[in-house]
Amino acid sequence: MKWDEFFVTGDPLIYGADVSIVLTVIGILFYLTYFKKWKWLWTEWLTTVDHKKLGIMYIASAVLMLFRGGVDALLMRVQLATPDSKFLDSQHYNEIFTTHGTIMIIFMAMPFLIGLINVVIPLQIGARDVAFPYLNAVSFWTFFIGAMLFNISFVIGGSPSAGWTSYMPLAGNELSPGPGQNYYLLGLQIAGIGTLLTGINFLVTILKMRAPGMTLFRMPVFTWSALITMIIIVFAFPILTVALALMTFDRLFGAHFFTLQGAGMDMLWANLFWLWGHPEVYIVVLPAFGMFSEIISAFSRKTIFGYKAMIWAMVIIAGYSFLVWVHHFFTMGQGELVNSVFSITTMIIGIPTGIKIFNWLFTMYKGKISFTTPMLWSLGFIVNFVIGGVTGVMLAMAAADYQYHNTYFLVAHFHYVLIAGTVFSCFAGLIFWYPKMFGYKLNERIGKWVFWVFNIGFNVCFIPQFILGLDGMPRRVYTYSAASGWGNMNMLSTVGGFLMGIAFLILVYNFYYSFRYSERENTGDSWGLGRTLEWATTSAVPPHYNFAVTPTVDSFDPLIKMKRNNVNLKPKIEDIKKIHMPDNSGVPFFMASFFFVAGFGLVFEWYWMGIVGLIGVFITLIIRSFDKNEGYYVSEEEIKETERLTV
Amino acid sequence: MFKRFKPFFALGLLLSVFFLGGCSNYIVLDPKGPVAAQQKDLILYSIGFMALICVVVYVLFTFIVIKYRDRKNDDNYEPDQHGSKKLETIWTVIPILIIIALAIPTVKSIYDVEKVPVSASGQKKEPLVITATAVNWKWIFSYPEQGIETVNYINIPKDRPVQFKLTSADSMSSFWVPELGGQKYAMAGMETKLYLQADHTGTFSGRNSNFNGEGFAHQIFDVHSVTQSEFDKWAKDTKSKAPKLTKKQYDQLMVQGEAKKMTFSSTHLKWVDHAKEADYAVKTRERLGEVPQNPHGSKQKDANKPESDSHGESHSH
Amino acid sequence: MAHAEVHDHNTPLEYQSETGRLNILGFWVFLGAEIALFSTLFATYLVLMYRTGDGPTPHELFELKGVLIETFLLLTSSFTCGIAIHEMRRRNRKGLFIWMIITLALGAGFLGYEIYEFVTYVHEGAAIGTSAFWSGFFVIVGTHGLHVTMGIAWITLILIQVARRGLTPQTSAKVFISSLYWHFLDVVWIFIFTAVYLTGMVLHNG
Repeated sequence: MKWDEFFVTGDPLIYGADVSIVLTVIGILFYLTYFKKWKWLWTEWLTTVDHKKLGIMYIASAVLMLFRGGVDALLMRVQLATPDSKFLDSQHYNEIFTTHGTIMIIFMAMPFLIGLINVVIPLQIGARDVAFPYLNAVSFWTFFIGAMLFNISFVIGGSPSAGWTSYMPLAGNELSPGPGQNYYLLGLQIAGIGTLLTGINFLVTILKMRAPGMTLFRMPVFTWSALITMIIIVFAFPILTVALALMTFDRLFGAHFFTLQGAGMDMLWANLFWLWGHPEVYIVVLPAFGMFSEIISAFSRKTIFGYKAMIWAMVIIAGYSFLVWVHHFFTMGQGELVNSVFSITTMIIGIPTGIKIFNWLFTMYKGKISFTTPMLWSLGFIVNFVIGGVTGVMLAMAAADYQYHNTYFLVAHFHYVLIAGTVFSCFAGLIFWYPKMFGYKLNERIGKWVFWVFNIGFNVCFIPQFILGLDGMPRRVYTYSAASGWGNMNMLSTVGGFLMGIAFLILVYNFYYSFRYSERENTGDSWGLGRTLEWATTSAVPPHYNFAVTPTVDSFDPLIKMKRNNVNLKPKIEDIKKIHMPDNSGVPFFMASFFFVAGFGLVFEWYWMGIVGLIGVFITLIIRSFDKNEGYYVSEEEIKETERLTV
Repeated sequence: MFKRFKPFFALGLLLSVFFLGGCSNYIVLDPKGPVAAQQKDLILYSIGFMALICVVVYVLFTFIVIKYRDRKNDDNYEPDQHGSKKLETIWTVIPILIIIALAIPTVKSIYDVEKVPVSASGQKKEPLVITATAVNWKWIFSYPEQGIETVNYINIPKDRPVQFKLTSADSMSSFWVPELGGQKYAMAGMETKLYLQADHTGTFSGRNSNFNGEGFAHQIFDVHSVTQSEFDKWAKDTKSKAPKLTKKQYDQLMVQGEAKKMTFSSTHLKWVDHAKEADYAVKTRERLGEVPQNPHGSKQKDANKPESDSHGESHSH
Repeated sequence: MAHAEVHDHNTPLEYQSETGRLNILGFWVFLGAEIALFSTLFATYLVLMYRTGDGPTPHELFELKGVLIETFLLLTSSFTCGIAIHEMRRRNRKGLFIWMIITLALGAGFLGYEIYEFVTYVHEGAAIGTSAFWSGFFVIVGTHGLHVTMGIAWITLILIQVARRGLTPQTSAKVFISSLYWHFLDVVWIFIFTAVYLTGMVLHNG
């Protein structure tokens, strides 16, 4: 292999990226060394098994990926703003929309939500940590390494360019030779391990580690949504694992699952992909529903309306999520009966979703609504998500879908679902629980600017795309002729896209501004409206053991009841007992690093390197197996000191 | 307070204007044949329901958000109101009714679009059969009855149904002529069928709408709808005047690349049926040394090979 | 993490520590994911069942005798694994070792036959790249075989830990979990035997 094949060459954009990557890395190394932060980085972050820190790392990585995916999006919008544009060539455009889709779903939306789940859920159920803290670290590091492996593709070896759906045979060796598609397969495979482990971990955590008295039907809605999401993960992710492995066999070892030669079957890939892919949509939208439920209830100062209906709606949605995958390819010729059945199952999902919308509206009914930024994002969600929902029902009508399929109408629809649902919830949840993570709030005034600029930009960007779809513009075209008449709407859409980009920059500024100037919180209930246990901690940012004394629960919205009964949240000194906590471990970090070595080797079909990496992974597994893993005890004195209790 | 939510109203208004306003300007909503017309009717029918849902939600939303905002007077505040059987039943039953109202015409249309379309005049005609084969990044059309073949364009008689037998020599592609009707996939080793019909004469643009690599944006074709007599004349002239398709020429078409419009007086059907032989194009490319290369591959490697797009075809537009 | 230990003699050793209980439940969930994984492989295999292309059909190559021996070895190993757990619950470390080592030996025998079977097929012209059918066959049976290999390595490691640390709530939970895994592989094999070998021989015959 020659150097110009290893490094991507020939495009000034790529050289710019090369330079900025090198500068950033040098900058970080310099900072860590100059301020002597290496030890801090290692002991506080790289080896941590604390769910709150892992959550913060998940969210930080997701914000980084939002930036990367967002830059991809803006490059696409620049290219499409005018007809016959020469800004990007076809190959480059194809790589960008592929990485945009993959990064936004797998490396932005999911880790953002999993990060918030990590921070909040153990606190919300009154637990010390998750059931398997070590495994949690493995989850994070495999996700992170998978994301890094996927991301370096644009400077080393070339990015995948077969779309995030990677339909075969296009994604096969016969039509897409080179390392690009291998990055997709291995990056997702490694990150997928982490997601599956998260699924198992939180499923057991929620089932087994709830505070005494918290029965299933006293769990907060967000905890319920996380529980249901984890069940979907456990059953959906193995399908992706298999699908990716089969395509890897096709590409690396000459198998014929989906190929043109050897009697392979391309439709099998589409089926397997969407058998995972549709549940995946609900994996990224159910936690969003959960967070909106918490936020709307909190800022309406009212208990959630129709609690049980909300839970059952989510259960039904989760069940149906496995029964609708064919609607992603109604036009594959499977016949009238199959299309009719999947049309109807898809439309049925609209019913529980509609129920949820009305329950949110009536949670506000007879409440006292305050328009804080998390609430604004939630209200924006209701308004925009309805559009995503109704257009979803329209797409479900198979005969009409023959016209919407593969067009910008579809693109606009799923952005209305995924941005208004998932991204809005990530922002809302991040702002809502920000004081829980860092001890201060994000500035509200700047936050409102972010909301309005983003919200307007979002609608200006995607409403024109509905129209472009109805005007026959297919998705994924890198250019179009002036004669098509799509120029104006595309320009409008690009303007909207840039407004969203500006909103993101204001958000980043808000991180900085709030870090410098925000008032530090001194109670656990930062908003003063907390209803659930995460707000019942004694300090704004809970100590590593979360609760000095495990809280006891006897109702839904437990903190509201405690507040009404004037329960003193400060633990009694005689209740303090030593607390068992898990040890930090550097093994997950090394395990993931070996995964990187293995993945990188396989991407370039350097099998020796793949084998070395896998041996490394096995060694870390063996080290872990022999580790007695006994943890340590936080002494009573330390707890009393942390909680500022005096004898 | 009302001002704060103005953008939401503006949004709703904008939406309805866009959706319900300039319908006839948009290709999908401006059908030129019975299949597309039926799909348009279904789309408009569903947009009606959807607009209704949006209006109900937005009105309710506005009312609640304004009325129950945090203010001094809190007579209406009921923090523990946790549900209402009656209300919840209402918003469960109504969506079910809406779904039923949408499902019935949907299922009917799903069955209709797979049948031979009937003209506005109500008479049933025997469909014309055209085999459409997608190859990266062009469309090859064969008229088995007429014994002629075209590349990147077709002529069809108006007021007569056309049965397209769709297949592909390589990638999964989607055959779509929005003004005549919805799309369907064309896949290697498979044959799918799509019925379309034109009620008007004119030229309609068709394309592959399923992404399949570098030349995807340019994989388009023209559909010329002409009268039956004009069509017959064209078919006869082509059969007698156009050159015969040679196997060598056909194999060159299998190489990845775009192509100009072409016309032949014989078809490829006697050599290969891509619906049965999925790997024909792949094998042909290997034989000709025209296998697709890694786009980020070494430049030196390419220099040793015959140039990858030297097969003499250029953009057709 | 709560570390409550139950010292009730009716509770099996492996369930006595909180960690042990959580790990066992977690492992059941993992087995749920494994079911989804193998179901996907079975679906793939069944979809590709008649897609033999230019390659041989399974009817031409499958041999009942080898498969029956493999089945016998693996089913027996599941039985001996059960006895091993029984011995563990009786706090009989020696019994646990003897029966577990027999289990591993049977597992190794199964693997040996499987490898022999694969090598034979490759010699007769059916490898992973021969056709979609053979890709499906090698991947589903190979995935199961890989699981058995991992199982053998894993149980060996755990036995070393038991030898060093004795039967504690921690080590016994590990032994118990690995036995769940072993039984699971046995169940999967029954499905492979039916869906892959029996249908391969019967359906392709017609």
